[in-house]
Amino acid sequence: MAMDPDQIARQFIEAIPHAQALGMEISLIERGVAEITMPYDPRFVGDPATGVIAGGAVSALLDTCCGAAVMCHPEAPIGTATIDLRIDYMRSATPGEPITTRAECYHITRSVAFVRASAFDTNRAHPVAAATGAFTVERQR
Amino acid sequence: MIKRPEPVQIVKRRRDALLGALVGGIPYIQYLGISFDRRGDELTAVLAYDEELIGNPMLPALHGGVTAAFLETTAVVTLSWATLWSDLEAGIIATNDPADITLPRMPKTIDITVDYLRSGLPRDAYARARITRSGRRYASVHVEGWQDNRDRPFAQAAGHFLMPPKDG
Repeated sequence: MAMDPDQIARQFIEAIPHAQALGMEISLIERGVAEITMPYDPRFVGDPATGVIAGGAVSALLDTCCGAAVMCHPEAPIGTATIDLRIDYMRSATPGEPITTRAECYHITRSVAFVRASAFDTNRAHPVAAATGAFTVERQR
Repeated sequence: MIKRPEPVQIVKRRRDALLGALVGGIPYIQYLGISFDRRGDELTAVLAYDEELIGNPMLPALHGGVTAAFLETTAVVTLSWATLWSDLEAGIIATNDPADITLPRMPKTIDITVDYLRSGLPRDAYARARITRSGRRYASVHVEGWQDNRDRPFAQAAGHFLMPPKDG
């Protein structure tokens, strides 16, 4: 029996060296929606005066999560790459807390997937960052 | 009486010490393996290739998040350095000892848009930021990243940043 597309997407994301390096854990990946968490790590601090995680590390998490949402879309692309990604930083993440991102692939065409995502610390009411992006859609020929 | 210029190595040492204090104090810059080349006041960021930076092991290609982080880091450091440089040259920062330097707070990213122009190859990458506008509170920065060929950038970014408040 063929493997479930969500399962393929999960394996695809889990095989990313940089996602492993940042300690990313997938908590949800199905039907164009993904949730990934990154633990707090002092190595990823961007402002030593506050201990706040670098924006860049949050960007890497958001980018991965958006890619995961594309990969698990029911149209099942076999690959994807970022075309563009815009990130808004609304507030500093609380030092010591893990960061969770949720991404949704809300539209997909033959060649392009449109994704939006948010990042949270333990305060789920106020996001730390939001992202919107366009991704390539690689299809089986 | 004409004031004699300071010996070049003393000037260089002072500038490099300040840049070292800025870059060395940020854990994430060390983690990603970014260093900065300085020519006068101009900085070039260098991202040393490492297997951990890969996002697509099949190609292989740099992780899009790494590219975004690299360009954003280049923008933030270039902005912070611009302020430090003018304070140093104006004699507001008057120390030669990096241990004595109290660094200002880092600029905060408001937003950044990254364009991925071609896939990042598994080798070193370089980036330079141009501050297109720097006000008291807000700054706009454009960054370009390239690898083997300066005329073929693999990514570019435009971002807005909130500048740290000046003391006093």
